[in-house]
Amino acid sequence: MLLQLDGMSFQSTSFLVPMSYPSTTKRGVMGAPAAPPPASTVTLKINGVETRLQLAPWTSLLDALREYADLTGTKKGCDHGQCGACTVLVNGKRINSCLTLAVMQEGNEITTIEGLGTQEKLHPLQQAFIDHDAFQCGYCTPGQICSAVGLINEGKAHSEDEIRELMSGNLCRCGAYVGILNAVKEVVDGTKVKS
Amino acid sequence: MNPFTYSHATAVDDAVRDKASHHDAAYIGGGTNLLDLMKENVERPTHLVGLNRLPLATIKNNPEGGLRLGALATNADTAWHPEVEKRYPLLSQAILAGASPQLRNMATNGGNLMQRTRCYYFYDTTTPCNKREPGSGCSAIGGYNRIHAILGTSQSCIATHPSDMCIALAALEAVVRVSGPNGDRTIDFTDFHRLPGNAPHIDNTLRPGELITGLDLPAKGFEKNYSYLKLRDRTSYAFALVSVAAALDLEGNTIKEARLALGGVAHKPWRDTDVEDALKGQPATADTFRKAATQMLQGARGFGSNDFKVELAKRAIVRALKQATEMKQGPSDVFLNSNP
Repeated sequence: MLLQLDGMSFQSTSFLVPMSYPSTTKRGVMGAPAAPPPASTVTLKINGVETRLQLAPWTSLLDALREYADLTGTKKGCDHGQCGACTVLVNGKRINSCLTLAVMQEGNEITTIEGLGTQEKLHPLQQAFIDHDAFQCGYCTPGQICSAVGLINEGKAHSEDEIRELMSGNLCRCGAYVGILNAVKEVVDGTKVKS
Repeated sequence: MNPFTYSHATAVDDAVRDKASHHDAAYIGGGTNLLDLMKENVERPTHLVGLNRLPLATIKNNPEGGLRLGALATNADTAWHPEVEKRYPLLSQAILAGASPQLRNMATNGGNLMQRTRCYYFYDTTTPCNKREPGSGCSAIGGYNRIHAILGTSQSCIATHPSDMCIALAALEAVVRVSGPNGDRTIDFTDFHRLPGNAPHIDNTLRPGELITGLDLPAKGFEKNYSYLKLRDRTSYAFALVSVAAALDLEGNTIKEARLALGGVAHKPWRDTDVEDALKGQPATADTFRKAATQMLQGARGFGSNDFKVELAKRAIVRALKQATEMKQGPSDVFLNSNP
């Protein structure tokens, strides 16, 4: 993995348990259940497409997107809601997909970075991030952009201070914050910002 | 995470019944704290009762002339709700001082009350912790305890309650509405969270199986003179080292009524009605505020790394009361200062 964040170690997907058996799980003092709960069909509407997935109840929305729906644009950073790399939009609102279960999001409209623009026609925020050099390694970028879409939907950030405050849930370990701020500001304002 | 089963509850009664029918079940609202704790193996429920289909996400007037906040309304929807912004700006300000926009979009009002301490040792399952494993000892006492409590501590636990929202709710004298196997009841906010004593594994006074359904705010919102001052290691997205919810009812420069609650200093939002009573009838001056601060911190003690909190809390109280009086707030509050 590329990143190491202060106070959080990167987790691999080792805690992802194959659906057929809970091999890596340990029971507490209460003892093991007779059988692991079976995977069930969870229907998620992702980027406008109804997607039926066989998921164990403990599958996070993030893992459902990355490991089961093959949408790897959404990134796993800390897996604890601290870094914002996994930010997606649910019914137009930004959330950390690592801290919600896929089963909790049935019936909601989920939008990931893959749903925001196309190769031919980028989302204005995607273009602004390129124009303003708003990333270095790019790992936090899908989360930054989804978060900025949520910020614009909320309509509460107008000044630079307000954008900084309302983007504080997205960390950038490369420190591209100046470019990120300018990119978001440009789209919030609807005018060109000099970087 | 351990394996667990999951069910969607569609009515409060069903949720209560479903939880009671499983041995190690937990309610899940937004899940922002519970799932984190489950990933750390601190919480190990075998069944989750999903609440987000319950009809408890509304915010509406209550019969007492105040506002009723649904337990499942998100922190963000609550903070930005026009009636909350207008009538209870202290609450808006406190909510927006906490977590991140993404977390506030998921976290619910009921869940905010139920979130657990962020004590490092509580999270670290390799260390003793009386809150996580009763009787195992407290690693924070004699350990690194920069974020820990200075008031109401016990020999068993010096953890703090991490919420910002709850500090404002304590100052505003909210009432918690709950449903449980034995019916409905209400709990005054001051009585909801508890001090650690010799049972720090019990965070609050809910009875087994009870579910928070809403919060009632009294009519009086102190919307003219208030301040939520949060001091932390970063200017955003960090838990409070010390926070102060201050609310004043002023007649000219005389204090008619005062409310004061501290965060980051105790196992529960810290209020002292003797201090509030002593402020009544006093002029709203720095001298008055300093006396209140000294009285509020009586009996406070540090545990090494958090000794600084005693003086920090005193100064924060003085500043918050001054801000509430003048309604001029600091640079870090600039974003939240759109209210009068």
